[in-house]
Amino acid sequence: MSDILETPSDRLLEAVRGLLVAKGVMTTEEIAERIRITDGGSPAQGAKMVAKAWVDPEYKALMLRDGTAAAEMLAIPMRGLPPLGVLEDTADVHNLVVCTLCSCYPRAVLGYPPFWFKSAAYRARAVRDPRGLIGEWGTVLPEGVRLRVVDSTADYRWMVLPRRPEGTEGWSEEQLAAIVREGDMIGVTIPSIA
Amino acid sequence: MIAPGTRVRVKLDWPETRGKCHIRTPHYVRGEAGVVERHLGDFPNPEDLAFARPAAVRALYHVRFDPKPFWPEGAAPEELVIEIFEHWLEVAA
Repeated sequence: MSDILETPSDRLLEAVRGLLVAKGVMTTEEIAERIRITDGGSPAQGAKMVAKAWVDPEYKALMLRDGTAAAEMLAIPMRGLPPLGVLEDTADVHNLVVCTLCSCYPRAVLGYPPFWFKSAAYRARAVRDPRGLIGEWGTVLPEGVRLRVVDSTADYRWMVLPRRPEGTEGWSEEQLAAIVREGDMIGVTIPSIA
Repeated sequence: MIAPGTRVRVKLDWPETRGKCHIRTPHYVRGEAGVVERHLGDFPNPEDLAFARPAAVRALYHVRFDPKPFWPEGAAPEELVIEIFEHWLEVAA
């Protein structure tokens, strides 16, 4: 066991890839395709979904009902990935996503998780003192807003559909997508145009 | 199937004390009561998948808790929602 833990990761990766091919689990092309899809995930994908939901009520309804279908509608590859759930922020409820057990993250639509999302400090404080935690991003929830923390513990992956900021009336989807940040879709920040 | 709105309790169980295991139910919620929000779907049991054992398909629920009693410092959120498999839930009296 310790040999595996101490092996340089590039050699280990090479060995695993070789075994996957040798044992017929995947072809070299399938591995390359999967890496391409994984690298293609980024917060820009999720931002496109959020912007579309802000301007298209039917798309928003689909996104809340079936996040995977809504992602696929924008040509985001979801095949073989865990289902995507979408949490809607309202005037009364603000959502915050954490994975206290590890680092479950909706990579297809948000890309690789930011380093802090995987930290023990974030994972502990998100459930124990979430207002203090998001305060470090400068996020202050209005009085009376309920904070709903979603601990991503099993087979779903979760993203937040934040509220559309005031002052964006008449904006195009592209303009709107440009203001949606990674943290807005995790719930540590709130979109703003200030 | 457990209907939305049903009051449930997470089993107060610690398989970790009985040997190697892979558990998706956080420690902090063992033995606590909550309310089922909805059935999320059915998935192969990760506790078996992790060891490459045949995995039965189990119902997964979104369960809502009031976490204030979990952390008495007073900074916990109003709601905490967790994915929990059916075999960890008991319908509360």
